[in-house]
Amino acid sequence: MSDLFVKQSTPVAFFGRLGRHALRGLEQVGDATILGLSALSMLFVRPWQGKHFVLQLSALGVGSLVIIVITGAFTGMVLALQGYYTLAKFGSESLLGAGVGMSIIRELGPVLGAFMIIGRAGSSITAEIGIMRVTEQTDALEMMAINPMQRILLPRIIATTIAVPLLVSIFDVIGIGSGYIVGVELLGVNQGAYMAELIAKITMTDIYGGWVKAVVFGFMIGMICTYMGYRSEPTTEGVARATTQAVVVSSVGVLIVDYILTSFFL
Amino acid sequence: MQPYRRVEMSVGVFVFLGIVAIGWLALKVGQTGGLGESGYTLVANFGDAGGMREGGDIMMAGVTIGRIDTVNLVKNDHAQMILRIHDGIKITEDAFASVRTKGIIGDRYIRITQGPSETFLEPGSEIEETESAINIEDLISKYIFSGKSG
Repeated sequence: MSDLFVKQSTPVAFFGRLGRHALRGLEQVGDATILGLSALSMLFVRPWQGKHFVLQLSALGVGSLVIIVITGAFTGMVLALQGYYTLAKFGSESLLGAGVGMSIIRELGPVLGAFMIIGRAGSSITAEIGIMRVTEQTDALEMMAINPMQRILLPRIIATTIAVPLLVSIFDVIGIGSGYIVGVELLGVNQGAYMAELIAKITMTDIYGGWVKAVVFGFMIGMICTYMGYRSEPTTEGVARATTQAVVVSSVGVLIVDYILTSFFL
Repeated sequence: MQPYRRVEMSVGVFVFLGIVAIGWLALKVGQTGGLGESGYTLVANFGDAGGMREGGDIMMAGVTIGRIDTVNLVKNDHAQMILRIHDGIKITEDAFASVRTKGIIGDRYIRITQGPSETFLEPGSEIEETESAINIEDLISKYIFSGKSG
């Protein structure tokens, strides 16, 4: 029946295509949710996956540390530089610390951090699981009565959910510190004003907001990237496409969810 | 076993760094002050809070001595603030609290000036003498209108 609609270039065909795409999209969302939930339901089922969780935390968390430190440092530095020249026009350079801290803690830390982790860790999760599918390693696990959801998916989802907030907090601290170096040491902003204004303007609500974002992003990245890998076509191109999709979908998803969360926390 | 031990150690260092960062953000930047809330509270009523927000500074002689806990509208007509003052700082019962601005467009803060009295306010009691925020627009319009009539 669907072939019939494709050949006609009528409104009927247009709505047919639209409907088909919408249904396929919904199907994928449903599939991803079911897959993710069935992996999460294994959380309290023996045997514990502690060792695999630690290995993933090492691969995803420790592995992303260097890139997070570098991006955090340069983000803080450029914010201080840009902020200084804007604030200097109004003679309020003393607000530099508050500006840098506020933008990093509320927005740039979680979002830029999530982007770097998607690029560094998310893509590798999808490619790894995709290749496990190609080489039928997941089937081999099932043959040995090991649930691949429990062994492969769950440790990765938990690891990203825990690693992202930790990495984002490190990003925040590095960003504020490097902003301090540029603002105070290079541009000559009052040393006390930078930290004092930062501490005075930023409330615990701002910091909580950043953490909630980081946890949600981490969970999202884990869910999307494991799903894309697990359901990738078991071919070379299939894995390549799944990896691209995982990065695109998680990045766009992070931005959309970021707006929604920000509107809740303001 | 040896490689896994090293992985464990690197994860340990990573988690430690993350927790240090979280702790620094919460304690130093967020000023949660660790165990619950320290200091004691005082109540002050203002006719006009002037946009004073929670977490705003309370200053005496230009030194920060506390933070605003809450700002609420009471009886649909005036603003009530709960002031959290650091322990060890005593405020006389005839002290004077006013909403001030740092600079011309700066932040609002509460300035407390001590009175001559020898007795100090108990935690939870009220600062009776208050002065509302000075509204620059009101001052300007007052000046303009007085200029027209005169």
